[in-house]
Amino acid sequence: MSELRSQYTVSELNTQIRHLLENSLSDIWVTGEISNFHHHPSSGHMYFTLKDGRGEMRCVMFRGANQFLKFMPNEGMEVRVYGSVTIYEQRGQVQFKVSKMEPAGLGDLFKAFEALKLSLASEGLFDSEHKKTIPKFPSTIGVVTSSSGAALRDILNVLERRAPHVNVIVRSAKVQGNGSALDISKAIIEFNEFKNVDIIIVGRGGGSIEDLWAFNEEMVARSYFESTIPIVSAVGHETDFTIADFVADFRAPTPSAAAEIACIPSEIIHSQFSNLEQNLIRNLLGKIEQIWVRIDYLENRINLQQPHKKIQRQIEKLKQYHQRILNGISLSFSHLNGKVIAGEKQLINLGPKQVMDRGYSIAYNQLGEIIRNSSDIKIDETFTLKTGHGSLDAQKISNHSTP
Amino acid sequence: MTKKEKNPSFEFSLDRLESLVNQMESGEATLEQSLEWFEEGMGLINSCQNQLKEAEQKVQSLIKNNDGSFILKDSE
Repeated sequence: MSELRSQYTVSELNTQIRHLLENSLSDIWVTGEISNFHHHPSSGHMYFTLKDGRGEMRCVMFRGANQFLKFMPNEGMEVRVYGSVTIYEQRGQVQFKVSKMEPAGLGDLFKAFEALKLSLASEGLFDSEHKKTIPKFPSTIGVVTSSSGAALRDILNVLERRAPHVNVIVRSAKVQGNGSALDISKAIIEFNEFKNVDIIIVGRGGGSIEDLWAFNEEMVARSYFESTIPIVSAVGHETDFTIADFVADFRAPTPSAAAEIACIPSEIIHSQFSNLEQNLIRNLLGKIEQIWVRIDYLENRINLQQPHKKIQRQIEKLKQYHQRILNGISLSFSHLNGKVIAGEKQLINLGPKQVMDRGYSIAYNQLGEIIRNSSDIKIDETFTLKTGHGSLDAQKISNHSTP
Repeated sequence: MTKKEKNPSFEFSLDRLESLVNQMESGEATLEQSLEWFEEGMGLINSCQNQLKEAEQKVQSLIKNNDGSFILKDSE
């Protein structure tokens, strides 16, 4: 760039002006209302004037830049344009070369917001049946936020204090300004490719509607919807609602609250297990108690039957039977004995002694045989005569003829 | 790879414990069965409590390489 002189040709002057402008008024935002808007059909370039009631500036937005516009600028619209002041040297015309344009009037911003919201809602992106449940026991939590913001610090503090058993993976992203919508969407997509997180927290602190605008962009909303990993959104202040918040599976009022929602405190998990431990022990003891009760009950019933007494009675009965048997035997015995004695008497009565005591004698021959017939003895044969008291030897004299 | 693979998850453990306790409470079980369930339950409880006790939170950064692979960088 050449130093300022005091002598110029016209073209030299215009060139000098251009250098001066491009070195000082480049890459700036300008706000104003659009008028005299022309969109050339052949070249695709847009030409318009920005004004604010007291001044005007000619603007050009070439096709290369305006093809990315998400809305159609029109007459009367309040916009913010980003670009550089320059001079069209041949005409000596100062103009503003626009590289980016956004609706600036609150009205226009809201219109864009409402339009997108309606269209996504009708597609079903906000429907509750598409919302994924936040897992109760994540083992790893993913965080998308600015690495330099307070949101990250708040989230990490809560997670460290509350759930030290849960690991954290941070994918830092730009959360406002140029390229933020793209970076946030990429972050969500990357976590879904990486897979090993159970929840994603997307957080950023408060800001103006423009600061939060990335979260009203369609690509961010779609990346939330496509995500198979549940997303907890914590963007802006409690009262700020962005389109992404509606698509998220859960919206938290602050980044700290999002961290709290994403995990159950370890003390609560610990006490849940302690309670179950108590239950288990109690149930086992109860089971054992039950069995003892049954045993006691049965023992009582047995005792009610007084088995020892029963046994005693049985023993008594046995003794009685025994005695009766013995009695019976001795009765029979005396009975028999009596019979025997009687029999003996009879026997004795029937015996020869009684008969012989009455006077009868028994004659035996020499062989010792009893003589029943007188002819059994021959004359002069000797024989024996046995009386009731003593025996004698005899001899047959003759036959006696008395019948 | 992670603790998740070595130990049953909290989710699984809690569900299993609920059903064990229910089964035991129903009173139908034999003593042997109750003892078995008790042992299983205590095992689950101990492994989960250990996971909580031994907790060492790791905070890492996710970085995607140009070739599409991921690396995890430990933070401070």
